[in-house]
Amino acid sequence: MTAVATPPARTPDTVTDTSTAEVGVRRHARPGIPMTRLVGVELRKMFDTRSGFWLLASIGITALLATGAVILFAPDASLTYDSFAAAVGFPMTVILPMVAILSVTSEWSQRSGLTTFTLVPHRGRVFAAKGVAVVLVGVVSMAVAFGVGALGNVLGTTITGTPLVWDMSLTHVLQIVLGNVLGMSLGFALGLLVRSSPGAMVGYLVYAFVLPTLAGVLAAFQQWFADAQPWVDFNFAQGQLFNEIESAEQWAQLAVTTTGWVLLPLTLGLWLARRSEVK
Amino acid sequence: MITVQSLTKTYAGFTAVDDVSFTAEPGRVTGFLGPNGAGKSTTLRMLVGLTTPTSGSATIDGHRYADLPNPGRDVGVLLDASAQHAGRTGREILRVAAATMGLPATSVDEMLERVSLTPTEANRRVRHYSLGMRQRLGIATALIGDPRVLILDEPANGLDPAGIRWMRDLLRDYANRGGTVLLSSHLLHEIEVIADDLVVIGRGRIVAHGTKEELLEAAGTVVRADSVIRLADALHAAGIHATAYADRALRVDAEPGHVGRVAHTADIPLTELRAADGAGLEEMFLELTADTQREDLSRTTRDAREGAVA
Repeated sequence: MTAVATPPARTPDTVTDTSTAEVGVRRHARPGIPMTRLVGVELRKMFDTRSGFWLLASIGITALLATGAVILFAPDASLTYDSFAAAVGFPMTVILPMVAILSVTSEWSQRSGLTTFTLVPHRGRVFAAKGVAVVLVGVVSMAVAFGVGALGNVLGTTITGTPLVWDMSLTHVLQIVLGNVLGMSLGFALGLLVRSSPGAMVGYLVYAFVLPTLAGVLAAFQQWFADAQPWVDFNFAQGQLFNEIESAEQWAQLAVTTTGWVLLPLTLGLWLARRSEVK
Repeated sequence: MITVQSLTKTYAGFTAVDDVSFTAEPGRVTGFLGPNGAGKSTTLRMLVGLTTPTSGSATIDGHRYADLPNPGRDVGVLLDASAQHAGRTGREILRVAAATMGLPATSVDEMLERVSLTPTEANRRVRHYSLGMRQRLGIATALIGDPRVLILDEPANGLDPAGIRWMRDLLRDYANRGGTVLLSSHLLHEIEVIADDLVVIGRGRIVAHGTKEELLEAAGTVVRADSVIRLADALHAAGIHATAYADRALRVDAEPGHVGRVAHTADIPLTELRAADGAGLEEMFLELTADTQREDLSRTTRDAREGAVA
């Protein structure tokens, strides 16, 4: 009988790796981390927590609920694609910015940034990857929402026997997508500025629900503000996208307010977040 | 190899790390020892680029950390085992780290086995993990890229005695295979058993630096006698500095032989005479912690003195 080499016993709670190989023997090439990989990782991180998963799932769920509500409650004459798109699109304007906020703030609130920024010691690249991932999620979510709305339109009109109406132009659809991407960008900027999940979320809700009322009241009583509003109120300009922008002046108003409400906070937020310590 | 040169970090007038320089050599475990708030974590954070130094530099094998193309493959880092997304499973956290480094998904299971996290545990969310399990997961994240350098901040925190033993064996083995290990601790005894080299930091400054043997050698002598006051007087007369150490014992900055001769000349019978073996290091460490510790150290010292008088 020949000697049989027995593998070393593996006992639990001791080092199981009994090899004497030198650690970290250098591979010849040491490639860096490509941007595509970072975007993939950031996309994965948006889905792999229970809260993240349900937040994204809620986009589909609310789209279905909104579609069902239109079929059930809207008068037959209103069963057009525009109604469905509006009903499906509204929850998006709230959920998508939350997705953008959490993608940034969780690194601080959950302190996972300690690992993220150690594995990739260039935060600008991490934020760029997050930005791309957020926009991708936004665009895909919008496609899903418009798809659900279209199904609802077909289904609803079949049930009621009313004519099928596609009263929404492609440019309007694209404008709604743009409006949502801008809302996500504002959320992203808020996340970078505040770097705290509750703080940034409250900030966005104030922007989306409190400020419009205040601006409306102010505009009703102060003529100067009513005149200036389209040029200073991003909410107002963003809202015009959802109703379809037609004039060059409206585009100019959007550009001006986007600069002040999105680009400026984004620049400041990036500057701060690149320096901020993850404690 | 880790090289730290004159690292300094100042926060609004408060100097957290003050001109810290040391090296951590390959094939050795370097213990970074200091009380809480001494600047250990800030130094380690500056090493890996999480905190920008006010001045000074830190390099890993001659490269700035930020210049490493894929840092996880060169340096394994565990700064705080609790700093993980509570909603992710242990396996997912490891997968995200592996994906960032460009490693295959199979490496995740291998590494989970290596740190003794069972598949069931790995599929639980980190929110339900004990600190010990988080430490194992953190070690797994640090090791998965097969790095040459390990930087670990208080890795033994939360581990049970078997876990501490496991960690010690793992780091020893890692250093024996040519790796560089830098680990911090605020517990002298914990680091004494594992480290080859010691860097002691207090209030942001390095107060001692050398091999463990050197630092222990310099620790002097412990001498015990029934008439400890007479002994102290005799030593004082001989120009030897002595401090109260424990019940009827003194710690003396002199060779045991020299102390024995002084006692013999003064005709004082000794009950114990031995090399201090780290007692001096411990004393220095206690002095360092005196300011930050809630315990009243002066009282402890006084008790020792009274014990000596009694």
